[in-house]
Amino acid sequence: MVHWTAEEKQLITGLWSKVNVEECGAEALARLLIVYPWTQRFFASFGNLSSPTAISGNPMVRAHGRKVLTSFGEAIKNLDNIKATFSKLSELHCEKLHVDPQNFRLLGDILIIVLASHFARDFTPACQFAWQKLVGVVAHALARKYH
Amino acid sequence: MVLSANDKTNVKGVFAKIGGHAEEYGAETLERMFATYPQTKTYFPHFDLSHGSAQIKSHGKKVAAALVEAVNHIDDIAGALSKLSDLHAQKLRVDPVNFKLLGHCFLVVMAIHHPAALTPEVHASLDKFLCAVGNVLTAKYR
Repeated sequence: MVHWTAEEKQLITGLWSKVNVEECGAEALARLLIVYPWTQRFFASFGNLSSPTAISGNPMVRAHGRKVLTSFGEAIKNLDNIKATFSKLSELHCEKLHVDPQNFRLLGDILIIVLASHFARDFTPACQFAWQKLVGVVAHALARKYH
Repeated sequence: MVLSANDKTNVKGVFAKIGGHAEEYGAETLERMFATYPQTKTYFPHFDLSHGSAQIKSHGKKVAAALVEAVNHIDDIAGALSKLSDLHAQKLRVDPVNFKLLGHCFLVVMAIHHPAALTPEVHASLDKFLCAVGNVLTAKYR
């Protein structure tokens, strides 16, 4: 089980309360697809992904980004039980979606950069540490049921 | 992975915006890297790594200068950083995984100070550039 200090929990939940999930989610997913174009392999059905502009404006990308980040919020609500929270999602990503877990790490790092761009100096080194720990834990939980 | 003409333009553009802050950003990048990835501190047992340390400032300046040098010779990064590449291979032997960590923290610092300049396209170009620099610095490892 992951150990969170009180400070880490506060840094995570405190920042999260100010996050616009729809905007950040859309931006994070769009950036993932733009910065690491090979990740587009999972989104063949999403229509026009032909350019950064197309990707950023693509309504399916935006909607899916929001969905992904909303789900991320579940981890934050259940910091002491992330493994169980993502158990079914892990099975889904393995058995149905066939997503290489490396992609969870890529998205985690992109999310960090999006948060940094929104929160600037409030995204202190201590804050970054807590959030990098969180995205790592989430990536691990999502990979846990792979077989 | 090759830098396109667009990538080079994007990277030069964003470094022009950094201007005289490069040294400051170098130090901030290192500080974030040490805070976020404590294992990176193992390469600096001889340093004072506390916040605002003179050694971090000085080393951040060196790192920034190397990046600026690479940008100024973006058509031949391997040539521009050849001596640094030798140094890392023969003396420093920093594990290759750490260049990604440093690069990531540099992107975070850029996002904090220049969010508008770090568009998705520029982000992609800068990420590629930082990978290229890391590759050059580890190219002679074996």
